[in-house]
Order: sequence, then structure tokens, then C-alpha cells
Amino acid sequence: MIDFLLNGQRRQCAVSPDTSVLELLRDTLGQTGTKEGCASGDCGACTVAIGETGPEGQVNYHSTNACITPAHQLQGRQLVTVEGLAQGDALHPAQAAMVACHGSQCGFCTPGIVMSLFTLHEAQRGERQIPSPLTPQRLEAALGGNLCRCTGYRPIRDAALTMSEHPERRPQWLDAAAPQPTASSSDAPFAQPETLAELVELRRRHPEARLVAGATDLWLEVTQRLTRFERLIDVTRVAELNAIEATTLGDGRHGWWIGASVTYSRLEPLLEERFEPFAHLLHRLGSAQIRNRGTLGGNIANASPIGDTPPVLLTLGSRLWLAGPDGERELPLDDFFLGYKQTALREGEVIRAIFLPHPDPQRHLAVWKLSKRREDDISAVLGAFSWRLEDGVMRDVRLAFGGMAATPKRARATEAALECQAPTRAAFETARLALGDDFQPMSDVRGSAQYRQLSATNLLERLRLTIMQGETDSPREVMLHAYAH
Amino acid sequence: MRTLTKLDDLAASETADLDPTSARSRETQRGRIEGDGPQARAAESQASVSHRHAQAHESAVKHVTGRAAYIDDLKAPADCLHLALALSPVAHGRLTRLDLAKVRAMPGVVDAVGFADVPGHTDIGPVFPGDPIFVEEEISYAGQVLFAVAAESHRAAREAVSAALAQRIAEIDERPASLDPVVAAERGEFVRPTHVQQSGDWERALADAAHVIEAEQFVGGQEHFYLEGQACLVQPTEDEGVIVHTSNQHPSETQKLVAEVLGIPFHAVTVEVRRMGGGFGGKETQASPWACIAALIARRTGRTTRIRLPRAEDMRVTGKRHPFNNRYRLGIDEAGVIQGGEITVIGDCGYSPDLSEAIVDRAMFHSDNAYSLGEARVTGHRARTHTASNTAFRGFGGPQGMMAIEAAMDDIARRIGEDPLTVRKRNLYRVDRQMTHYGQQVDQIDLLHELVERLEASSDYWTRRRAIADFNAESPVIKRGLALTPVKFGISFTAKHLNQAGALLHVYTDGSVQINHGGTEMGQGLHTKICQVVARELGLDTDRVRITATRTDKVPNTSPTAASSGADLNGQAARDACVRLKERLFDFAHDFLHTEQGLERETMRLEAGHLVAGQGESERRIPWGELVQSAYLGRISLSEKGFYATPLIHYDRNVGQGRPFYYYAFGAAVAEVSVDTLTGEYQVDRVDILHDVGDSLNPAIDIGQVEGGFIQGMGWLTSEELKWNDAGQLISDGPATYKIPTFGDLPPVFNVELLEGHPNSMASIYRSKAVGEPPFMLAISVWSALRDALASLADYRESPRLDTPATPERVLLAAETLRARHAPGMTSQEKAP
Repeated sequence: MIDFLLNGQRRQCAVSPDTSVLELLRDTLGQTGTKEGCASGDCGACTVAIGETGPEGQVNYHSTNACITPAHQLQGRQLVTVEGLAQGDALHPAQAAMVACHGSQCGFCTPGIVMSLFTLHEAQRGERQIPSPLTPQRLEAALGGNLCRCTGYRPIRDAALTMSEHPERRPQWLDAAAPQPTASSSDAPFAQPETLAELVELRRRHPEARLVAGATDLWLEVTQRLTRFERLIDVTRVAELNAIEATTLGDGRHGWWIGASVTYSRLEPLLEERFEPFAHLLHRLGSAQIRNRGTLGGNIANASPIGDTPPVLLTLGSRLWLAGPDGERELPLDDFFLGYKQTALREGEVIRAIFLPHPDPQRHLAVWKLSKRREDDISAVLGAFSWRLEDGVMRDVRLAFGGMAATPKRARATEAALECQAPTRAAFETARLALGDDFQPMSDVRGSAQYRQLSATNLLERLRLTIMQGETDSPREVMLHAYAH
Repeated sequence: MRTLTKLDDLAASETADLDPTSARSRETQRGRIEGDGPQARAAESQASVSHRHAQAHESAVKHVTGRAAYIDDLKAPADCLHLALALSPVAHGRLTRLDLAKVRAMPGVVDAVGFADVPGHTDIGPVFPGDPIFVEEEISYAGQVLFAVAAESHRAAREAVSAALAQRIAEIDERPASLDPVVAAERGEFVRPTHVQQSGDWERALADAAHVIEAEQFVGGQEHFYLEGQACLVQPTEDEGVIVHTSNQHPSETQKLVAEVLGIPFHAVTVEVRRMGGGFGGKETQASPWACIAALIARRTGRTTRIRLPRAEDMRVTGKRHPFNNRYRLGIDEAGVIQGGEITVIGDCGYSPDLSEAIVDRAMFHSDNAYSLGEARVTGHRARTHTASNTAFRGFGGPQGMMAIEAAMDDIARRIGEDPLTVRKRNLYRVDRQMTHYGQQVDQIDLLHELVERLEASSDYWTRRRAIADFNAESPVIKRGLALTPVKFGISFTAKHLNQAGALLHVYTDGSVQINHGGTEMGQGLHTKICQVVARELGLDTDRVRITATRTDKVPNTSPTAASSGADLNGQAARDACVRLKERLFDFAHDFLHTEQGLERETMRLEAGHLVAGQGESERRIPWGELVQSAYLGRISLSEKGFYATPLIHYDRNVGQGRPFYYYAFGAAVAEVSVDTLTGEYQVDRVDILHDVGDSLNPAIDIGQVEGGFIQGMGWLTSEELKWNDAGQLISDGPATYKIPTFGDLPPVFNVELLEGHPNSMASIYRSKAVGEPPFMLAISVWSALRDALASLADYRESPRLDTPATPERVLLAAETLRARHAPGMTSQEKAP
């Protein structure tokens, strides 16, 4: 039984572990305003807002794709759908602006777009003192996860820019605290442990159960492959896995332990402040709806060869803090990926946290993702490059690629070719040849082997030009603005 | 006794401007509908109606509140059945065994149907035969429907299909698949015969030409990606029929096919469409199979039956925009003006004809775009391959045909060393070169030239051209490109009989008006425009006019909502109904109302909620509601039907000559792009559009069509890549792998304007023009700009081949090819400083 507020109304529903929020809404509750466009979290037609009560009692809303959100995760939350926003005939500003700007044509994506605008509006509301401008980047972040096949987006952009001019009509219940959930029994089919000890114990007792956090990948097994999950263990409420803690490792490196359940959205401010190139990558990882749900731990544990963050973390020398029935241990990320979707996790072991080192002011980082579409696309090739320049010579060169092998992988031969070399054309020519030894990529729907090899090689040239930037003869622009931020 | 509603609150305000010139005779009203010559425009002044013109979509508030119902939102009885389809995993083969008895016995399964269970027709080909409702024996593509399962829930039905296939209840003898349309064409494997259009001695034109340019290109297909997937809900009726709720552009055809499959008369089937969550052509013919299958189950079980295709199945089972292989060989003079030549287009039709006859025809009709081909021969082949049957998609072959000549324009420019815009302008249809290769005279040539010149000026083309040349000379990695491309698009169904429409108008005794017509609403604003037409004819505010769902029992025997024709045809039909009713009301008013003074019949008009007769001192005004109630009491019918058939059009396919189009719609776009020549990534920096919609029926809706069409076209040519594996299975079968444009693809500068001051030269509805498809092709400017940027790598001496979609991969490989050729021995690394 889950207990939550739907548009301010308390609801208690019995749902199975693999019921999605969208199924709950449409099939059980008859609320059909929220649409299914793809059932894979890629189109945004099913966007709803989930409110969580923050430390000061305020409710913060974030957008999510209802089609791949487990209904059980509504426990103790506010769920807001498109049906809830208008008060009688009085439209919410997000709705009024969409009408005024002719932002709907066929109208099928519109409920999702309205909900993304709603969460943007709520975010703006929360920053009344120091309102952040609606920059193109911010609008893209807010709306990049909502596909519209009719309008071409211009009127939707206008609606976003003008909704604050419409009369503020905000349902009072948006500020209501959701019901305090009664702690679910640890043997519930959808277990929601709150401590690491509980999690490890559950994992030991139910080795067959799958772990779920943001469900952004796991739920595709339900919607696309019709997998039935009899038992799931939700890691999103485990305190230790939600922490971001400053730390100093045994080797003296300072940094942070990022809890494995920390979402991309929570990570974004830290990366924006400390690792701009990494933050830029995050902005292109999925959509707001996905970033609000997906976790760093999930991206690593999933061990996909085209996960976006592992190559970056490899170049940063990241480590993992693992916890299991036999205790806890640390493992360099370099030793984690063993083969296609194979990891060094032992039976019953979970990722507790990921070490992110403090940025070294001497150390450079570049992260370049190549995909067919700039927003909300999966990499064909992702290159992450880290190096220091000492007396005109490259040192501690760490290069890692996604999409080039069965796992995210360091380019060891290429690194060796550049180590202790000046960034000359000759050195990079050697590196270019070495890259051919490091990788033999494959062809798939996202790109041919030829394209992967060629573009990855050309990223080395971009790297050289980037290092040389500011030198005479070097081009002023080495990459496109749209991709540079 | 019937009591009439009190009208006090209903009379419209009397404050609206009265335009004395709006009086018009019956003759001109009829003439404007049927005539073809240039006539006075509708006399209503722009100022008095502009607020109504740009009114919001009739469902806008329902869209934003979630109240607009789509098929899967319709409530159904608790015992409603849900269907799932079993699709062939192989592209070609024979179904050697199908044990549906075993499927029917599976837990949770209520019914299962295959080919042998169809009581009536088994071929549901829309125009030509060739589309079996289920596989009988021959399997023609991966995704073809083997059988369908009905269960108590959507998931149970899908699980039953998976389990059935896993238990090998179907056995298939797989055969090699034919997946290459060019090879198929060489082998003569066609779904329809080849068609040729020819004007003059094309061989002599080639022989005498100063230069000959020759090339080939591949133009990729496109998935419709309507956000609402294929869906329908079928209720059995108390007699032998069904009521079908469907997301569908062609209700009448679905009615016909459902009736034929069930073996019952058409009148036993009613098809209803309130709205679609997007259509784009993908629900013109390809919405019918699901209705037929669901109807079969509904009749077999006596239960309401629902089907919706999961996205991946929708993408695998339905046809797409046709991929094309185009070849051209054109003779030009020293100035780059085309003298003649030949163009051959091969449409990849997939496994069956579907609409491919007309689609490849339209590609041929548009292989000239806005340019005279001189003495030319255009050949169109319809290749058969083992893929889903490709179908209508916004532009209907026109965009693929245009790609050939737009590629040629760039090629000519590089050959003679002129700017591509100069070459394009020289080749535009002009007074002495006005005849198309299929024998239709191009009208409104002045408009075309003015439109291009105005855009050239407003977009600052030449200043930007110089800036780009300077930039490219200094920038080794990032290259910019610029292109202006025009559009000339023929308006009418090329199947002549489809150019007809009907409407049904009811006025109720409270003065409210209900209009129904044969067109369907898929987001394009057709219903909004029709309400505006009726409100305008009856002199009412649009809120007094309500439109209802399209139903085959209200307006029968309708044409698909396609070919951009929705407003043209149905608007005229609705107007015809209004005019007829008006005449009757005027006659009644003249004979029976205010008989003491008499109402002047000749000057009668409906304005601002009143019947108005006479001018100045003799003017008499009767509120609409009073008029309607008087007419009712006077036993005058308040219901009327309207009809329209487009005049003048004809095309003789035997000789490839005629006037297939009532008129042309024009437009032009300028796109500027930046390309990263190391990675193939690019961005569209700015787009300027000037588009011709005649006198717009609703500028807000028309701008929406122009912008939306452009972005959709840009997706087609850039990021939307359909990929099949070697076995012929579609592997780009969802939004994770098939990338339509998203918010960030909106160009940062996007100036879109409608051309003012050029009413349609033909007597279309209020001199407007069709707007659904033509803007789609404005996006060719983006592709041409990418080619322009790439050509800078060859100092503009070579026109690179750039097949579509021009993904970063294709752009990078084109750049590498150019670099290899123009800087021999140099890689991209060495070429950069």
C-alpha cells in the first residue's frame, strides 16, 4: 500500500513492485491527462512533478517521466499532474502561456510540456530574491526532455519566457506536506531501506532481487521487455547513499565521496562550480526528467560501454567505496569494469559512494561527447581527457573513451604516446596511431566503426588545438559554441 | 409544445464594425466557390476580423488541462479486451505453421486471430491490392503481422504474444531479403509500373549543352513519430456492425476496409475521429489495419476491443517516408541555366503499393521545384523491397523529388563558379520559361521572384555571404555555410477524385451552430479554421460555432485529410453549406419578416450576430437568434449540407501531361550553419523564412505550420536516421535511437514571416493557400547550407556528395573525402595548423 498526495488529495493504493506511476494514473486512477508517448523515458509526454518535503518544510518539485518511475517511490510524496494545475476555469500560468502563445497543435505532448513549465515556474518562484534569468541554456535544461513533433518549439519557448506575465494562480495544496509514510516492512516486495546496514542485509536475504534507484534504465526491462519484478530493493532512501561528504583518501587526495544514490541534478551544482567540463557533459546527459532521477551509482553499476560519466571518472582517477556482507572496501574505478556489463562487484555488494577528487588547478579536463542530436541523446563516442602541462610537456595524461570498446576504457597506448611529450604535431601523430591499437570499435545504430575511429582520432586533434589555444597560428575556434557550453 | 430558449443573453453585441462593401449578390457567392478566375477577395476588412483570424486552437484549453481525449483516454466498459500483435521477426520467408489453437488455450488469452479467421476480404490494400491483414504464407517484412491476441489487459495480451512466440507456435522458413531499392529496380522488382514525364527533346538539350552535370544521391526516409501512436477502440453494435474510434486521417477508408474485412455493408460501420495526437501522413492508410483487427475481435467476442501499438512495434510495423535514390544529368548553358536533361527517381516503396504510385508521381512533379527543367525527361520507379510498406508523409514524395534539383543547383554553382543563390535565381520559372515538364503553366511567377528577392534582402544574404567567406578563410576547423532555397509545391490530390469534400451544418433554435465536415484534426488547426469560416459566413463569433468529431455517419464518402487540402476542400464545403442556409434564411426573411416595411433582399447579409438589410436610413437589423427562431416557427430547415469539388484539374497519366494542381504554394528559406570539420557536429545558427499562404485564414496557425514543418523537415535531413540491420530488422525503433529535433535544435535566430499582399490567384477559400506540407521543404536550406560549409574545404570548387540524413557521421565523412581530394596526402590533422 502506498500513501501519497495526488494533486493535493490523499491517495492510498495497492500496487505491485513493477507498476509505474503512469500505469497507476491511467489504469488504476483513471487520470488520463498524462500521456504515454514512448514508455521509455525519451519523449516526456508523461511528465509529472513529484514534490518532496525539504528540510525547512517547503515542498520542492521536480519533473519526472511517469512511464519509468516506480509507483512505490511516490510513498510519502506529492504527485502533481496536468489535471491538478487549473483551478476551475482559471489556468495556471504555465497553461495560460501555452494557450496565449499557440504552444499546442495536436496537444498530445502538451500535458508533459505544461508540467515541465510548471516545475520551471516553481523553481523560479523559489528564487524570487535572486531570480536567475531564463537563459537559452536554462530553457533547454527545462524543456529538452519534451519532444514535440508539431510546433517546432518556438511557441513553447515563448510560453516559457512569458508565463511569469500571467496572473499567478497556484493551488494552495502545492505547499501541503505529504503524508508521513509508515515504514514499509523490510520484507515488502518493494523494499525501501533507510540505512546501509538494512540495504546490505536485504541484499543478503534476497540475492534474486534487483536494486532500483532512478529506474531510468531498469524500467525499460518492464516496458520494453515485459520483465516482471517480483521483488525490488529501492536504494534511493538509504541515508549513506544520499550523502555528499568531503574526504581525504589514504593516498592524501582530497575530494568528495558522492553517495551512489545522488542524482545527477543534485550533483550538478557541485560540478558547475568545480568541474565545468563535467557539468557541461551532465547538461547533455538525458533530460531534466532523467537527471532528476538517474544516479551516479547507477551509471557506474550499469557498466554500459556508452554510459556518460565513467570515462570522465576514469580520467579523474576516481575510486569506489563498496559495501557488502563481508564489509566495506575501496576499489579504483580502473579495476571495476571487467567486460561488457561485467563488473568487479561481489555477490551481495553495492556501491556506497564514488570518490571525486578536488580539482587540481594544474590539471586540465576536457570532455567531448559526440551524438546525432546534441540534447538527450546517447553517445556514439565520448572522449574524456585529463593532463597537466609542465614546462611545455604533458604529464599524467589520462584519456578515456566511451563507445569505443565493450566497457568505458582508458586509452593506455595513446596516453603513453603523449606522456612527457610536448603537444607537437609529431607527438599527436604517434598518439593517433596508438589510438588504433587501443580500440577496435564496432558499428551499431549510433555510428559506424569507421566513424567512431575517425572521430575519436579527430578528438585528439581537437585536444592538441585546445592545448595550443592562444598560441600564434592556432585557430580561434576549435569547437562549436553550442557544444562548448 | 416545444419551448424556445430565451434569447436575451445570446444576442451578439452590435458594436462590431459594419462594412458596407460586404453586401454581395448570390452570384458572386456561388462564383467565388466555383470560379477559377481572379475575383474580388472576401470583402470583410482585415482590421475588423484580425482578432478572430489569429484565434487559438479550438482545443487549446483542453490540451493544456489534459481534458482533450485521445483514443487511449476514452473510457471503455470494464470487460473491454486489449489486443497485442505478433510480428514477424524475419524480413522474408514463408509461414509454414501457425498453431493458434494453442494460443487460444494459453492462460489469460480470450481470443486469437490470424489469416484463416477473417470472414471477408483479407487484402486491405488501400488503393491497389497487396496488403494482407495477416500473413497467409508469404512474409514480406520484419514486423508484418502474423496474428493478434486478445486478453483482459494490455500487458496480458503482450505477454501472451511473447509466450506464444517463445513456444514456437509459428514456424517460419526464412529466405534472403531484398533490401536495396537500386538493386530491386535493376532487377525490375517494382510495386507499380514505371512512369515517365517528358517535355521536348531532352537528349538534344544534353548534347547541345555547354556543360553537363551529373550525380546521384540517397535521400533517407523518415519515421512519422506522431506522439500518439496508432490506436483504436471498437465497440460492437446491436446489429452486425461496429463503431470505431480511431486516430486516423481517413475515416471513410477505414469504414470501407472494416466492412470488407467483416463482410458487412458499409452502413453497418461508423468511424469516429475527434482528434489525433499527430498524423503527418502516417495515419492516412496505416491506421486502418488495427481498426480491422480490433473490429474482427469485437465481432467475434461481442466485447469492446482496444488496441494501441507500443512505440517500438508502431515503428517496426508501419511504413515511413520513402527513401529515394535520385540521379540527374542536366545540360546547362554558360550562365548555369538548365537547358534540359533527365532525372530518375527510385522510391523505396517497401513490400506493397500502398500510396506509392501517387507518392513517386509527386516526387516527379516536384523534381523541378521552382526551376524550369527545359527539355526534360523525368522517370519514376517504384522499387519493391522487404521492408514495411512506405507511405504518406508530409510532402508525399515532393521533398524527395526536390532534393534532386536542389542538389543540382549547388553542383551547377560550383561548376560555373557562381554563388548558388545566383544560379538558383537564374533558373527560377520566369515568363519565358513558365511550363513545367508535365505541361502545367506556373502561375504567380511575379510572386515567386518577389518572395525570393525580399528574403534575399531581409536576410542580408550577401553581407553574410561575404562575412562567411572571410570567416572560413581564417578558420581551419569550424566552417560556416549559407543557403537560400525556394519551394514551389503543387496543391491538389493528384488522384483527381479525392478533390471533393462535404460538410454538415446545423443551426439550433438557441442560435448555436454545429458544423461537421469530412476533414480530421491532427493538430494542424483545421477545425479551428472551419469554425472561423462558418462564423465568418454567418456573421457570428466563433464561440457560437461548435465543431464535432469527424464521423462517417455525418458526412459520408470523404477523402483523407492529406495533401495539405483539409482547409481548402472542407472550408469550401462548410462555406457552401453556410451559403445555402443563408440563402434560405434570406428568402424567408424577405418573405415573412418585417413585411410591413419589407426587407431589401439584394443587400441582405449576416454581420455581427445580425441579419442586416438595406443601407443607412433604410437599414434593418434582426438578431441572429430571433431570425433562427422565426425560421424554425416558420418551418424552415435549419440544417444544410455543403459540397465542394476542385475545378479545372486533370492529369493524363498515359502521356504524363496535364494540370494536376489547382495552384502552387511558394516559400523560401535562408539557413546559416556552422560545421565542426573534425567531428562532423554542426549547429544551425540562423534561419529566415518568407512563406506564401495567400490571404491567411489564421496567421497564428499558419505560422505554426510553417515553423513546425520546417523543424520537422530539418529533422528529416539531419538527425533522423532510420537504420536496419542486415537481416532487414529496423534497429532505430524508439526515441532512444531515432532522434527527432528537440528544444535545443530550435535555431537561436528564427525569423518567420508570411508573405503579405498576395491573395491566391485561384478562387480558394477566401484566397488562402494550403499550408500543411509546403513549409516542410524549406528545410532543404539547412542541408544546402551544410553542403556550402563543406564546399569551403574545396575552396568552393567542388560540390560534396552529402546523402541524407546528414548526420554528424555523414558530414564528417564528406569532409574527409573533400580533404583527401583537395589536399592529397593530408589528413585532417595535418591540414589544420
